[in-house]
Amino acid sequence: MFEIVSKEMLTPAICRMKVHAPRLASSAQPGQFLIVRPDEHGERIPLTISDFDRVNGTVTIVTQKIGASTSEICAFEAGESFSDVVGPLGVPSEFTEKSDGELAGQRYVFIAGGVGTAPVYPQVKYLHSKGVPVDVIIGAKNAGLLIYKEEMASVCDHLYICTDDGSEGFKGMVTGLLEKLVLEDGNRYTQAVAIGPMIMMKFATLTAKKLGLPMIVSLNTLMVDGTGMCGACRVTVGGRTRFACVEGPEFDGYEVDFDEAMRRQGMYRTQEHEAEERYGHECKIGRGK
Amino acid sequence: MANRIPRVPVREQDPKVRATNFDEVCYGYDEREAVLEASRCLHCKNPRCVSACPVNISIPEFISHVASGDFSGAASVIARDSSLPAVCGRVCPQETQCEGSCILGVKGEPVAIGKLERFVADWSMENGGGKAKKAPSNGYKVAVVGSGPSGLACASDLAKMGYDVTVFEALHKAGGVLEYGIPEFRLPKEKVVAAEIGAVKDLGVRIETDVVVGRTVTVDALLDREGFSAVFIGSGAGLPRFMGIPGENLNGVFSANEFLTRNNLMKAYRDDYMTPVYTGRKVVVVGGGNVAMDAARTALRLGAETTIVYRRTEKELPARREEVHHAMEEGITFSMLTNPVEILGDEKGWVRGIRCIKMELGEPDESGRRSPVPVPGSEYDIEADSVIMALGTSPNPLIARTTKGLETNRRGCITADSEGLTSRPGVFAGGDAVTGAATVILAMGAGRKAAAAIDRYIRGTVADTVVGK
Ligand SMILES: Cc1cc2nc3c(=O)[nH]c(=O)nc-3n(C[C@H](O)[C@H](O)[C@H](O)COP(=O)(O)OP(=O)(O)OC[C@H]3O[C@@H](n4cnc5c(N)ncnc54)[C@H](O)[C@@H]3O)c2cc1C
Ligand SMILES: Cc1cc2nc3c(=O)[nH]c(=O)nc-3n(C[C@H](O)[C@H](O)[C@H](O)COP(=O)(O)OP(=O)(O)OC[C@H]3O[C@@H](n4cnc5c(N)ncnc54)[C@H](O)[C@@H]3O)c2cc1C
Ligand code: SF4
Ligand code: SF4
Ligand code: FES
Repeated sequence: MFEIVSKEMLTPAICRMKVHAPRLASSAQPGQFLIVRPDEHGERIPLTISDFDRVNGTVTIVTQKIGASTSEICAFEAGESFSDVVGPLGVPSEFTEKSDGELAGQRYVFIAGGVGTAPVYPQVKYLHSKGVPVDVIIGAKNAGLLIYKEEMASVCDHLYICTDDGSEGFKGMVTGLLEKLVLEDGNRYTQAVAIGPMIMMKFATLTAKKLGLPMIVSLNTLMVDGTGMCGACRVTVGGRTRFACVEGPEFDGYEVDFDEAMRRQGMYRTQEHEAEERYGHECKIGRGK
Repeated sequence: MANRIPRVPVREQDPKVRATNFDEVCYGYDEREAVLEASRCLHCKNPRCVSACPVNISIPEFISHVASGDFSGAASVIARDSSLPAVCGRVCPQETQCEGSCILGVKGEPVAIGKLERFVADWSMENGGGKAKKAPSNGYKVAVVGSGPSGLACASDLAKMGYDVTVFEALHKAGGVLEYGIPEFRLPKEKVVAAEIGAVKDLGVRIETDVVVGRTVTVDALLDREGFSAVFIGSGAGLPRFMGIPGENLNGVFSANEFLTRNNLMKAYRDDYMTPVYTGRKVVVVGGGNVAMDAARTALRLGAETTIVYRRTEKELPARREEVHHAMEEGITFSMLTNPVEILGDEKGWVRGIRCIKMELGEPDESGRRSPVPVPGSEYDIEADSVIMALGTSPNPLIARTTKGLETNRRGCITADSEGLTSRPGVFAGGDAVTGAATVILAMGAGRKAAAAIDRYIRGTVADTVVGK
């Protein structure tokens, strides 16, 4: 059992929790994720490690309620425990392997969408600690959905906010803001990283390509085991099938087949919906024929 | 003449009924049937059955105990060589192992060795017989990676010798393929798998789930920092293979591992569990092994019309014969000498069918096996809304990559000799991680050999050098 040490709601639909998982905390790196199974009957839900505290043996997760399982996770309170928390999974971000010499002269820009802001945080924090200049763009639908503003501001050089409705910061999409920063304000970056909804990562990549800026994205595919055993997480990258849980979740954005990835991500949504249309309730036993 | 009576048939669920439920297909023998079947054994002087069993169970000896009604005596005989008899009695490919060599099989039907082994194991689980005793601790710690048959067998042997054993398992539940791969209707999870794991725990073995070795902790850290004197790696066969044909990433195409894991480990077939599973109305399963049979029969039970597509003939199907027979009885269609060339999608990216080509058996190759070759122009389409690929696995490189000095072979499997010794002193390996996908009994045998080798290694090297022990 893995105890929830603290919990707070960042917005009505996004919660942040610190979970006691000492083995995990001691080996976690930026870019990696974990899997939570809230209780015996629950699904295995992948979530990015948003922070880790090796001394106190805790990891931080930030969860957005989008379906039954994420809502279940957010319903847990401090003092209660999850049945299972396993990780760290996936390959750490590429820059964690780089020496200080290799990082010198680099300048990163991160593009964070919605709940994807939380996974960006440990990466920015790491680069900041290495003295690498980092700018961060956070995008959300409106001001009320922005998270991690203060945390991010404390570890990056420049923080830029944009909202679809203009209720805070730049009015428009992250892609528009990225173009402005590079083309109008004359910022020179060596690497862009985008984490957020698949559709945002797709368009951020297209924009980066136009700007000649290398792009890394973090793919939130469907997953089951997260250890390379099932293939549920497969994506096409550079024309080859790759398993996001063991070879990712971060890939070169230019190479990712986003349209396929988005279609596969919606597999069970379409199921519930279309299965009903096509032949009533056949998805589980007992309801057959 | 005892051998005059025919093989005692085993009672099974009616095929029509069982095709709609997940209860065990085979009921097994009762005491009377077991005693009767046991009376058929000739107690050969040079029993061919014993050498054909990978762990050399003393078959005539345990059978004679059954024949005389001494079931707990029979259990003790089996326990000398096998730590998972209730599992092996159910899933061993007996027709190519023990029973395949039984002398009675030459003219008639072999002794039902598997069914008798299962009977004895079930009987002793119910009656509490044949429990191994916990040995006094010798103070040495051994780590086991993976809780499949190889890891469990290794752990229980080491515990019996007095070692302090911790098993690290990546998933949230112990058992390996027994838990996530082989379905409930063939291997009941509570009654058999959990009970066998319980027996291993009773020996004092600790099982730590949710630990991915290579990520959560490395083999190096276990040896250098956590005080383990040796590590056994039984991490299984690895990543599912796909064919590399167009359409494999369409929605509705799954690996058998995913489909089976959703159903077995995550219990998606039950309404009280959250994990979803998509089955569809018409399912095509590609492959001919046990994995393909299990996926097909699971899909059938979830209400789908199911077809197995296999590129050779029925004779070459690598699955256990009993499973093929059961699958046919349950109404699964077999399309033999057929190979997929493309998976067809609809405009929304969902599977709508599978294009196959007819095969014929060509001239024998160097190995003497006739390999299938496509018949030009014979392509045809099978309608399907879901395709399950059961094509085998390729090794997961995680542990080899994160362990210093651990070599792998050309196929990527961990290199280990028949005793489980790897290229790195103190690190042992066995089961599917070494051989590639094989069988439960071979994995178990490898775990047991490695346990003996670990004992020799620790007594020979570590015991002299570790101070304070
Ligand atoms: C490596 C990785 C890291 C992730 N990190 C985070 C994180 O830090 N915080 C966070 O809140 N979420 C994160 N996610 C996404 C999270 O796992 C999903 O939101 C969750 O699985 C949805 O489960 P559910 O049962 O609540 O929703 P469901 O009922 O399963 O789905 C609701 C809707 O969301 C879609 N959906 C399903 N799975 C995903 C998915 N993986 N990503 C996006 N949409 C999905 C479905 O198609 C459906 O329309 C991550 C995913 C991955 C693979
Ligand atoms: C669907 C299916 C049906 C089968 N049917 C039969 C049958 O009828 N008869 C038969 O004899 N054989 C059958 N087999 C084959 C048999 O199950 C395997 O050969 C056997 O289970 C191998 O045992 P193992 O201990 O080597 O590995 P596994 O049983 O695969 O166990 C490996 C364990 O290690 C864990 N693991 C992996 N990596 C790590 C890591 N890095 N850290 C921690 N833990 C890790 C895995 O999660 C898993 O639990 C079947 C296999 C499948 C998939
Ligand atoms: S372990 Fe398998 S091969 Fe050996 S006797 Fe039992 S069923 Fe036969
Ligand atoms: S070969 Fe057959 S008859 Fe002979 S001892 Fe073995 S089981 Fe009995
Ligand atoms: S989630 Fe199963 S292989 Fe990646």
